[in-house]
Amino acid sequence: MKNDAPATVDLAALLAEANVTDVLDRLDRELVGLAPVKQRLREIAAFLAVSKARGALGLAGTPPSLHMSFTGNPGTGKTTVAVRMAEILHRLGYLRKGHLVAVTRDDLVGQYIGHTAPKTKEVLKRAMGGVLFIDEAYYLYRPENERDYGQEAIEILLQVMENQRDDLVVILAGYRDRMETFFQANPGFKSRVAHHIDFPDYADDELFAIARTMLAQGDYRLDEEGEAALREYIARRKAQPHFANARSIRNALDRARLRQASRLFARATPVTRDELATIAAADLRASRVFQEA
Amino acid sequence: MRLTQGTFSFLPDLTDAEIAAQVAYALSRGWACSVEHTDDPHPRNTYWTMWGPPMFDLPDAAGVMLEVNACRKAFPRHYVKVNAFDNSKGVESIQLSFIVQRPAEEPGFGLARSEDAGRTLRYRVHSYATDRPEGQRY
Repeated sequence: MKNDAPATVDLAALLAEANVTDVLDRLDRELVGLAPVKQRLREIAAFLAVSKARGALGLAGTPPSLHMSFTGNPGTGKTTVAVRMAEILHRLGYLRKGHLVAVTRDDLVGQYIGHTAPKTKEVLKRAMGGVLFIDEAYYLYRPENERDYGQEAIEILLQVMENQRDDLVVILAGYRDRMETFFQANPGFKSRVAHHIDFPDYADDELFAIARTMLAQGDYRLDEEGEAALREYIARRKAQPHFANARSIRNALDRARLRQASRLFARATPVTRDELATIAAADLRASRVFQEA
Repeated sequence: MRLTQGTFSFLPDLTDAEIAAQVAYALSRGWACSVEHTDDPHPRNTYWTMWGPPMFDLPDAAGVMLEVNACRKAFPRHYVKVNAFDNSKGVESIQLSFIVQRPAEEPGFGLARSEDAGRTLRYRVHSYATDRPEGQRY
């Protein structure tokens, strides 16, 4: 027990001092929906602040394990949240640098014997001091091929996750059901990942809000009919296969911008600033989604 | 005899935390670090064996420490040093080089004399370590 330890610690001040409240508020403002995810992030931030305060008051404590798994369908914001997570951990002093290294199986697993270990170690070295984000982590484990090199990468990862907890944080991401199978087949991973965060699909209203934010970032806007068309588009697109939440919406908007450009280009008369900024209903209704119905 | 080559060699051996702090300084200046080892520490032996290629694009010292420890584990009785290159000028110029591991017993060097034509005396520095074949030194 340290003698010079202060008697009290102001937790809120600790968070505010590290500008963590700032990051959390920005997360609330800029990301639509994802209520359970934001809740978990706040809990983790509070937990880290408490363990930091415990340390300041001389209470014993092992450093918290921070490895996480993000599960959810494509386009639900896993990568975006991982970037914010790295920032929060950096500000709370758990990561020295706070950068994010995003990798998939290709970056970790080699093509021939003896190629995997150096490749995985190279990636791990780059990620030290920050967050290693492994997208679609279940591809690392291929039970159908017993000579698959993925197992080698998994073993190196597990070793570093255990021994160098204060050097890097590993976030595994992927579809929920496949991640569960992956964790069942690799109990080593399951026991080393402390935080499981599930990303829910977006509701129609949330997708609409996301679309408006995306358009506003590019200085576009929808006219009234366009808004109605977009709402209808979202409802129809969701019912179709291969729907990837916010990513599908972004692709749809990109195509709508293309159609807007060719519509304006085909006209003989000069265009106004207002027309350049507006996406009309026709640009959206020309989509394949409306034709198939 | 204690080998004094490179930066900090007249100081007591650096601890791991001190090595990491020096590496962090090098990385903050944009230098790339590399690890080298040898069992023949003759002052004119500038080419030590490389432990992997120089490590570019590392943001944090922990990656270099990983390789330092791997090299120490593989060659527990060799000299190991960390070099920091500045490649910004287009040449590989070493900015910082220091020893991070030395063997427990350092036999040192002797001055060998040989006679040349006309009873001229020639001198050379002889490393006692090289008396034994490679792999059995230290």
